[in-house]
Amino acid sequence: MSILIDEQTSVLVQGITGNQGRFHTQQMLAYGTNVVAGVTPGRCGMEVEGVPVFDTVRAATEEYSIDASVLFTPAAAVKDAALEAMEAGIRTLVIITEHVPVHDCLEIMAYADRIGATIIGPNTYGIVSPGRCKIGIAPSSIFFPGSVGVVARSGTLSYEIVGNLTASGVGQSTVVGIGGDRVVGQSFVDILRLFEADSATSVVVLIGEIGGSAEEEAAPYITQMTKPVVAYIAGQSAPPGKRMGHAGAIIERGRGTYHHKRRALEEAGVRVAELPSQVTGIVQTELSMLHADPFYGLIWSFSRPQQ
Amino acid sequence: MRLFEYMGKQLFIDFGIRVPRGMVCDTPKTAAQIAQRLGGPVMIKAQVLSGKRGKGGGIRLADGPKESKLAAEQLLQSTVQGFPVELLLIEEKLAIEQELYLSLIVDGVSKKPVLIASAQGGMDIENVPEEQIIRQPIDVELGLPTFLARDIVRRLKIVPSSPCGKALTQVVTALYRLFTAIDAELVEINPLAICGDTVYAADAKITVDDASLYRHAHIPTVSELTLGEQEASKLGLSYVDLDGEIGVMANGAGITMATLDMITYFGSKPANFLDIGGGANQEATRKGLELVLAKQPKAVLVNIFGGITRCDEVAQAIVGIRRQYGKSIPMVVRLAGTNQDAGRAILEKEAGIEVFDLMQTAAQRAVELAG
Repeated sequence: MSILIDEQTSVLVQGITGNQGRFHTQQMLAYGTNVVAGVTPGRCGMEVEGVPVFDTVRAATEEYSIDASVLFTPAAAVKDAALEAMEAGIRTLVIITEHVPVHDCLEIMAYADRIGATIIGPNTYGIVSPGRCKIGIAPSSIFFPGSVGVVARSGTLSYEIVGNLTASGVGQSTVVGIGGDRVVGQSFVDILRLFEADSATSVVVLIGEIGGSAEEEAAPYITQMTKPVVAYIAGQSAPPGKRMGHAGAIIERGRGTYHHKRRALEEAGVRVAELPSQVTGIVQTELSMLHADPFYGLIWSFSRPQQ
Repeated sequence: MRLFEYMGKQLFIDFGIRVPRGMVCDTPKTAAQIAQRLGGPVMIKAQVLSGKRGKGGGIRLADGPKESKLAAEQLLQSTVQGFPVELLLIEEKLAIEQELYLSLIVDGVSKKPVLIASAQGGMDIENVPEEQIIRQPIDVELGLPTFLARDIVRRLKIVPSSPCGKALTQVVTALYRLFTAIDAELVEINPLAICGDTVYAADAKITVDDASLYRHAHIPTVSELTLGEQEASKLGLSYVDLDGEIGVMANGAGITMATLDMITYFGSKPANFLDIGGGANQEATRKGLELVLAKQPKAVLVNIFGGITRCDEVAQAIVGIRRQYGKSIPMVVRLAGTNQDAGRAILEKEAGIEVFDLMQTAAQRAVELAG
């Protein structure tokens, strides 16, 4: 099992004829992802890596049953493309594009919430379920199947930590980039909930960074989780970021700093790594404790050591 | 992108929100002329992007043209929180009865715009107790209709049907129209001044979403970057000046921050933050390195995890720079991912640069070299 996607997931690529769309369609196919169709307005009848291209999403859904769409569309066209996919009935969207106007995101998310669609991104590398399916732009070679779930805001930092895990023989169940923008479709909590319910995931790695309050929002939920969570937060030494005037300070009320995030997570029982390179060791400790525990899966929440 | 107060007030006027009468100027002489024309006491406000402008001495009260000229002279030679004062806004002084707070912000947690209002406006809004602050998430499909604005006014303890309540209701709806029309991340009025039956935006703080600027050609460009930062932004690189001794270049914001953290962890300090992004080519890498070297750091640490970025391209660029700038500044490179072996071979054979597989060992070595 994995979360969000698996080998059955049939995928549409929006913006398939651009450089990025073309290259990553080829990469996704090579990984075994079931890419069934692509859309670029005005390019109907073309093929990209053997994948048929349509003018509109509806034209594609008339011929294929599609579970998920990945968007390589230029930033200015993302709102239209995302609404088009949802209106055509697709309920999982992965928006790779960066620099999408934030008010466009607000509209996309409002519609998604209303119809019950799941949006990953924007500004994400996507989702990988190692050995099963990859949707997005992550380098295929760093992933390895296993039982660690990974959720992150940042791309290359995910690669760094996942690469370390794989190099030490620690595989992953699913790796999800929720996206680096202020407004993204899924919060840490949304993804943690899925990992908690996923039988293939036994430990979760949360990769956060300074700014916003996504990590703090996750803390109360983590206290209810039965699975151990390990975290790394980037930006300990970064200078104070752009402040959004008084309103930003009011909304966050001192949140958003490294120390605030770290404290919130640690109080929720999360083991926070000081350096990205330490994540693997902590995960290995958590995994060995699980395997040593004869009651694992039965009364895990009681037998779990408290930090 | 943040806008100066006078630009924000121009937008307020365009959307029907009242602001005090006033004009901008950049010489003491014109300041006096404006004060003359306004008549009575005036406020002289430094146009800088810093918050806490009042506390920083950037706002003066002057009685008549002579005093205005003097105050303008002093302000134009000063800095407010590190920002040099180049422009002043001269405004009529209002007879304020009550100061409110009103803003709209994009909230990532609720994925909605949130209206924030308080009956306690003025300088110290950050210290207003939580229970005195109204927070209203806005459904973007509904917008901010008059009925909702009326209810916000009621919650501010002002009778919505009074002349002042009606004026306030209009300000609330107009502010939301402006917020969406200019793709703002933040629009803030603090204080929103009640003067009898009239309501004035006595200040304006606006941040426009950088990703949306392409569709707002009419909004003037305001740059708050250092020269190095401006250079980098033209090249599509993300650069921030810091004050340490190790120059840093990495690809991706998260890994760049983690690199800075590691340098700090091992006891040194980074001289800059430079994220060359995903898929950086030779040209971007070269320009990035030039920026890093321009600060004359004691050592340089390059940390690349190649996904779309190809390590051999990065290596070629480093070798080129090395030829041009010599070897006086020691350089440590960490390469991983796409074409890492080819990249390593190029760096070691052609430039004799130390290459590491792991970020941690590379950071340790850079700190050693800088020490």
